[in-house]
Formats: sequence, C-alpha cells, structure tokens
Amino acid sequence: MYEITEKQELAHTVYLYKIKAPLIAKKRRAGQFVVLRMNEHGERIPLTIVDSDEKAGTITIIVQEVGKSTAILGDMGAGDSILDVVGPLGKPTHIENFGVAVCVGGGIGTAPVLPIAKALKAAGNKVISIIGARTKGLLILEKEMKEASDELWVTTDDGSCGHHGFVTQVLQNFINEGMKIGCVVGIGPVPMMRAVANTTRPYKLLTVVSLNPIMVDGTGMCGSCRVTIGRKNQFVCVDGPEFNGHEVDFDELIMRNRSYIKEEKSAMEEFTYHEGDKCYERCDK
Amino acid sequence: MSGPKDAKPKQGGRQSMAEQPPLERIRNFFEVPLGYTPEQAMLEASRCIQCKKPLCVGGCPVNINIPWFVRLIAEGKFSEAARKIKETNGLPAVCGRVCPQEDQCEKVCIIGKKGDPVSIGRLERFAADYEREHGEAELPEIPKWTGKRAAVVGAGPAGLTVASDLVKKGHKVTVFEALHTAGGVLMYGIPEFRLPKKIVQSEVEFLKRMGVEIVLNAVVGKLETIDELLADGYGAVFVGSGAGLPNFMNLSGENLIGVYSANEYLTRVNLMKAYLFPEFDTPVIRGRKVTVFGGGNTAMDSARTALRLCPEEVTIVYRRSREELPVRVEEVHHGEEEGLRFQFLTAPKRFTGDRDGRLIAVECVKMVLGEPDESGRRRPSEVKGSEFQIETDVAIVAIGNGANPLIPQTTPDIKVNKWGNITVDQDTGRTSKKGVFSGGDIVRGGATVILAMGDGRRAADSMHEYLMTGAW
Repeated sequence: MYEITEKQELAHTVYLYKIKAPLIAKKRRAGQFVVLRMNEHGERIPLTIVDSDEKAGTITIIVQEVGKSTAILGDMGAGDSILDVVGPLGKPTHIENFGVAVCVGGGIGTAPVLPIAKALKAAGNKVISIIGARTKGLLILEKEMKEASDELWVTTDDGSCGHHGFVTQVLQNFINEGMKIGCVVGIGPVPMMRAVANTTRPYKLLTVVSLNPIMVDGTGMCGSCRVTIGRKNQFVCVDGPEFNGHEVDFDELIMRNRSYIKEEKSAMEEFTYHEGDKCYERCDK
Repeated sequence: MSGPKDAKPKQGGRQSMAEQPPLERIRNFFEVPLGYTPEQAMLEASRCIQCKKPLCVGGCPVNINIPWFVRLIAEGKFSEAARKIKETNGLPAVCGRVCPQEDQCEKVCIIGKKGDPVSIGRLERFAADYEREHGEAELPEIPKWTGKRAAVVGAGPAGLTVASDLVKKGHKVTVFEALHTAGGVLMYGIPEFRLPKKIVQSEVEFLKRMGVEIVLNAVVGKLETIDELLADGYGAVFVGSGAGLPNFMNLSGENLIGVYSANEYLTRVNLMKAYLFPEFDTPVIRGRKVTVFGGGNTAMDSARTALRLCPEEVTIVYRRSREELPVRVEEVHHGEEEGLRFQFLTAPKRFTGDRDGRLIAVECVKMVLGEPDESGRRRPSEVKGSEFQIETDVAIVAIGNGANPLIPQTTPDIKVNKWGNITVDQDTGRTSKKGVFSGGDIVRGGATVILAMGDGRRAADSMHEYLMTGAW
C-alpha cells in the first residue's frame, strides 16, 4: 500500500497528490512515469511523475478525472492508500544544453512538462514555456512553471487569461520572430501534440512529445502501448514515453486510445450510478 | 449434456480423469479436468511396475523421484507422496497441470511401450492437491542462516524455484516482482481453466512461510539495478525476468483496434480479470469472430480463453499443418471439443478495419509445405493468387516473444545474444557477470514452465556453491 500524504485541488476535477514511495522518489528522473492500481478490482493506469521529494520519500502526480479509475482516485484524499504504485518506468528525458528550449504544456499536459522544464533549466538552457488551457479555471501550475522558466506565456482558448488562442500560435510567433530554438518539448492532449509537431516540422526543429497510450503492465510485456514511430512499431512503455514528434503517427494513437470508449463510458455510468452523481463537465458555467 | 465424463474408477488400464463437459465449461472459467479421486489415484499408481532403473526420472527436467512418490500414492500415503515430490519440485500442483508429460516422463514410461503409460502428471497433481486441500502442507526443515543473501528478479517459475531451493539451503532470499502479483506467467499467461490462480497463490504462500521475502511492484533495472543489489548485500542475483516483449508480424493494419498480442489478451483476461468486467475494471474486446495466429501453447490458451468470452466462432490460423502443431495434443483435443476451429496451411497478409480503426477482416494466403528447414519442420511457402478474406473483429498474435530489454539496458555487462536473450553457461546458469545467474525464458526465448524450473534448480545449486565459496 502506498499512502497519499497530501492532496490539492488544482482546478475543477484536477488534483495533485503526493504519494509515499521512497525508492521511486529516489530513483525517478524527469520524463518517467508510474503505473497505479487503486484497488483489487482496479485497472493499471500510467501517470507521469511530476516531482519528487527524496527526503520526504514522496512522489507527486497530477490527475484529471476522466474515467472510472481516475474518478476513484479523485475520491481519495490524504491518509488514504493506493494499492499498487510501480515505477519509475520509461526512459528519462534526454537532457542537454540546447541553448533555447521551448516547453509547451496543454491542459493537464503541463504536469509532465514541469519536471522537464526544471531539468532543462538546470542543464543551462534558456527555458521559455507556453502553457494553455480551455479557460482560466483549468490552468494549472502557472506559478511553478513561472519559477522553472525564464519566460512564461499563457494562452486560453476563450481568452479568459493570457493570449486568446492556442499554444501553437505563440510558438509560431517565436519562430516568425526568428528566435533560435534548440529544442521544443510539447506535451498535452494528442491533437495538441500533433499541432505542435506540425508547427515545428517545416523548420526541422527538434520536437519532443510524451505519449499517453493505453497500457497494462508498463514494462514491455503486453504491447498494448505500441505506436508507429517513423514507420516502426515502438512500445511507449520501454522505448518511450518520449519520441521525436515529427515521426509519431498521432492519428493512430488517437484511434487506439479510443479502443475501449464504450466500456469506459459504461463503467463510468455504473460508477456514478452507484457512487452518487458527480459533475464531470465544467460546473462553473 | 450429462455430468462429468469418465468419472468412475475402472479396473485395469489407465484411469481417465473426470472433466467438465465441453458445452458447460465454455460458459465458465473453472478448471476443465477435475482431478482423480483417491480411489482412482491408488488404482492408477498401482499400474507402476517400480522399475529398477526408472527412465521417467531422467525424462523429468527436475528429476523427481517418480517411482517413489507413485508408490506412496499406491499405498494411500498421499501427503507423504506430495512431500517426496517437493524435495525436488517446489510447484507440484502447477507442474501436474501444465507440464507436457507426454513428451517427458510419460514418454519414456515402460508401461507406455505396450499401452498407455502411467499418468504421472495426474498423480503429481493429485498428491499436491490432496496435501493442499487437507491442510497437511508441512514446512521442510530450514537450516540455520548461512549469513548469505540472494536476490531473485522475477517471481515466475524459474525465480520461485531458485527461491525455494536457496531458502532450503539456509540462505535469505528476496524475490523482486515487477507485477502486483507473484507467479509470473502462471498468473498472467496460463488461463484460470488450466491452472486455477488460487493454486499458484497457495504455492507462493508456502514459499513465504518458508521464509522467502517477496517484494511486489519492484521493477529491477528501474527501481534498483543489479549492480545496486550486489552492492546492497546480496551475494548472488538470479535473473528470471521472463520473455516479456511480444513479437508482432509487421503486417499492415496490425495496430488496428482489436489486434492483440497473446500476452496482452491473456494478461487482460487472467491477471486483470477482464472476463469479469465490469466487476473488474480492465476491459477486453470480446469480439464476434476471433482469429488466433500461431500454433503453440500460448495460441491455444488464447483461443480457449476467447471461446469462454462467448463469440460466434474462434479460429486458429496456422501456416503449417496439423502434424507440425507445437501445442500439446491434449490441448488440441480440449480445444476442438469446445468448438475451436483450425485453418491450417494459412498465413495472414494484412488486417483491414472500419472508419473508426476497428478490425473487420484479415486477408490470408494459402501455404504449401516444402523441404524441412533448420528446425526440422517443413518450410511453408505461399500459394500465389490464393488470397482470401477472413471476417474477424478480434485477432490475437501468438507468435512468440522477444527478450525484455529492461535488465540488459541497465546492466550492460550481462552478455546477450543477437536476439537480446541472456547468454549463460548451461550447466551452472552463470551469466558473463560475476555473481549473476539466469534462466527461464529470458535465456531460452520461449519455453515451458518445467524447463524454466529446471534452469532454476541448476542455477540454485551453483548459486549455493558460489555463495558459500565465493569461487566464480
């Protein structure tokens, strides 16, 4: 059992958890993830490690409630325990001094960007970050990203905060202005990562994305997380999770992520039926 | 259907084992063969003529003293028989079920020259089940601690055997398991109806009672490397991390929704209990028409698992003919009873899907067999222009596994072959790295439970020697 030592609500249905896992806290590096199983009947879900505190022996994860498993986690709080936490899995981010590194986080994807931004900064890069969300209330980690970056740009789809529009527009502006970019890291919903890769492709800018396919074991054993990268099948859990964005078949990833859409929906309906109604759309409207 | 068939003991000849009738069992995940009654077991055991030079012992990869335990069963000393087996085999209830006895001990049984051999596997299963069900599992005597520690990577058949052997020699043993349950392929791979999971867990519990420490959710290489384990006070390390990287066929459409590796399909259903969705949260696509590619035990396990998820039909597509099927004959027989179809001399060419990327068909081609290849089996080749479509919405690729890269990636001084499998000295299980031993599928690529256990046995012997003398 792995105890939750702290829980914060970052936005509606978005939570930060600190979980006691001393060995993982000691070993993990930017870009790696853990697989969680909440209870005996639970499925195994991968989540990026956002941060760790070696002294306290905790790792930090950030979760948005999107289905039954994350909703079960959403109902847990400090003092509760998660049945299984496995990690750190996946290859760490390749960190070097690229000169200028642009870190782009979309929605909940800002969570996995944060440790990478920190590591890039520590390696001597000038880190310029762009974080975006649908609306101001869903922006997360603004303060932390500001601290980790030399410059922070904020965008919202509805203009309620920062630039009115998409993260890729800000990125395109940088390119148009002739900024010498050594590396772009883009993490967020798959369509957003595809948009980032498409933005940088004409300029052949090194672009790293972190993929989030469906996984079971997370150690290479099942092949559920396979994605076509440059025409080759790769297992995200052992070959990734980070890949050259210009080589990723994003359409295939979007397709495969919808494998169990029917089952996910029915499980969620059953869960909310039994556990009481929950609002998973924005309640502030 | 009537009740279990052949349940009554009969005088003379081989005792058959009662089974769940096919039409009943494809609606559940309960075990198919129901085991001997004590009366049947004694009758069967009395068929053994107690050879002076028993060939069966040599036919067993872990050299169980077969005549001895069979005699104990004939005398009605069932728990004693189980203890006799356990002297050389830590997992008798498992081996009695999943070993290919027809190719090992029973193949060389003298009785088998003129009729059916003694049912050694069924007797092994009976003794182990009897002991477990009657609560008579007695702990072996554990010697005083030698002051040495050993680490085992992977709680599968190889690793559990090493742990059992070393703890019985007085060493402290810690097993690191990557998954949330110990048992390895016995838990995630072999289906419930062939090997009930509670049996695996009771074997694991027995090891724990003997003093073996099992750490779950521990991915060696990621959490701690082998070098760190060696520096941490473990005098020797056994790597039994398993095959663990499924092969695909590199065909167009292989990433469509509904195409699974056998590993994924079986893991979802067995380990994660997807057959009980939505009671358990992990889903699996049940499908209407299921096609399995491959001819080994894993293909058969996948196909028989699929049959229990209530599709209209399940077909195994195999590029050679029935004669070359590597799967156990008993399993083919079970599968066919359950309605499994075979499409021999057929190979897949490409998968096609609908607009949502869901699998709808696989294009196949007919094959003919030519001259034998290096494996001794006749090499199949395509019949030009014989392409045809098989309608299918779930495809399971069961064509073997590559080597899992996690250990070699993080311990580069362990030598691997060109397929990534760890190379070892066959007699001792030693790797190229001092203090590190290996066995099972990470070495063999893909073999059986009992061969992995045999590797474990040999490795444990040389680990003991190394721990006590330090001589490499």
